[in-house]
Amino acid sequence: MTELPERTDRKLGLVIDLDTCVGCHACVVACKGWNTENYGAPLADADAYGADPVGAFLNRVHSYEVQPESGPAQLVHFPKSCLHCDDAPCVTVCPTGASYKRGEDGIVLVNEADCIGCGLCAWACPYGAREMDPAEGVMKKCTLCVDRIYNENLAPEDREPACVRTCPAGARHFGDLGDPESAVSQLVESRGGMDLMPEQGTKPVNKYLPPRPKDDQIDVLAPLLEPVAEEPRGFLGWLDRALEKL
Amino acid sequence: MHPAPSLIAFSTLSGLGFGLLAALGLGFPAVTGWTALVFFVVAFALAGGGLMSSAAHLGHPERALKAFTQWRTSWLSREAWLACAALGGMALYAALLVLGGVRVALLGWLGALLSLATVGATSMIYAQLRTVPRWHHWSVPALFLAYAVTGGTLLAGQVTAAVGLLMLTGLGQFLAWRAADRRVAASGTDIGTATGLGARGAVRSFEPPHTGGSYLTREMVFVVARRHATKLRSIALVLAFVVPAVLLLLPFSHVLAALAVLSHLAGVLVQRWLFFAEAEHVVGLYYGRQFG
Repeated sequence: MTELPERTDRKLGLVIDLDTCVGCHACVVACKGWNTENYGAPLADADAYGADPVGAFLNRVHSYEVQPESGPAQLVHFPKSCLHCDDAPCVTVCPTGASYKRGEDGIVLVNEADCIGCGLCAWACPYGAREMDPAEGVMKKCTLCVDRIYNENLAPEDREPACVRTCPAGARHFGDLGDPESAVSQLVESRGGMDLMPEQGTKPVNKYLPPRPKDDQIDVLAPLLEPVAEEPRGFLGWLDRALEKL
Repeated sequence: MHPAPSLIAFSTLSGLGFGLLAALGLGFPAVTGWTALVFFVVAFALAGGGLMSSAAHLGHPERALKAFTQWRTSWLSREAWLACAALGGMALYAALLVLGGVRVALLGWLGALLSLATVGATSMIYAQLRTVPRWHHWSVPALFLAYAVTGGTLLAGQVTAAVGLLMLTGLGQFLAWRAADRRVAASGTDIGTATGLGARGAVRSFEPPHTGGSYLTREMVFVVARRHATKLRSIALVLAFVVPAVLLLLPFSHVLAALAVLSHLAGVLVQRWLFFAEAEHVVGLYYGRQFG
């Protein structure tokens, strides 16, 4: 059913720390690996070893340069996947009911057996979270590793999304964002977690933690390292004066 | 947005077809017998052929029947129902008219209403998308309907009405293009809100996530060569509206009328290509595209 649930019991989602992400793309590879071997149609590539390779990915890492009005520019690595929105526009546009949001945990999924591959859900998503599989002709998207998080055949520490499990920097967190007491909600609260494109009205569940402000001075000892003499002295001083006179 | 040939052909042909069906349903021209058959064959070929071509862009056309299930939320599903209702109603109306020589006016009006509602539903598929600021506006359904009514009147051979509608729709299209340009520039969504980093400084895409293309870049980050947009808009206006209006104002002949229809069709095809190619999707902002 493409009608959105009135409320979801839980809001499972990701919290992505833009301060910590080092842009290694390990989450991209882990996601592609898990979702090629498990739930649903494999994430295909076309012309993988040719001149023009393309493929379906559920998670991609952009990098942005932020130039403040004063001070040095900052590089921010920016992983982007489905934000499992409360008001998911990709769900309501679906003509077949293949796209749906689960009432019990808020995960947005695609029933691939019902998908006609019209692509309208990808148009409706402002975040570019959905990609058509080049081999299967059905829409692929982040499942929040629904086949890991409830999988009792896995060790308890592995029951989280592959991207979270693999992140070497600890920049990705998984949990219930509907529960204000959960670790992820506390993290969002303390770090000022934000929505992407709030003006689109999608009410995303996933939150992004902004980069922490960089220190104005490099080190507490920096003032002690101020140069003691601005003017050159000795041979260099003579050279400077001599060249000035020429 | 990627200007898929199947979608351009679909919206152009089915718009003309449903426009002609609406005119026939209202009794313009009041034809019966063999003449009526010719008109209805043209209308059904355009409307039905357009719908068929839209299936060409589906990944799984064999599952197309499932698209009838979600009419409560999906404009695409509503379009499917309305198209079937319009074609079915008008088929019955046409059969009675052609075979029995009876015009059931009420059925004709209902068929005309359903035909225009189908065009309206098609336009709402685009106009509902907040992600494409150029489309998310009432002028999109208004223009789709105006194009259908104008094209239908032209095909139905209603010369005086067609000249007036050509001028009105052409003016409407001209004003809508200018308004859309301003709207896109003032959409409020930019790379700053997309990344949430806008308050910290000027955000610039430093490195894209992939060196090659992807479904996203091909489908939604398509950029038309901006320097040609003005020329193409002028070509569309001349072909779709000016040339047909001039041809219709000349002393009537069937050759000139046919040329007027062909010119209008070519103009609408250019306009529909621009409709997709010029539309900016907000996901382009993540890839460093700029609006306006």
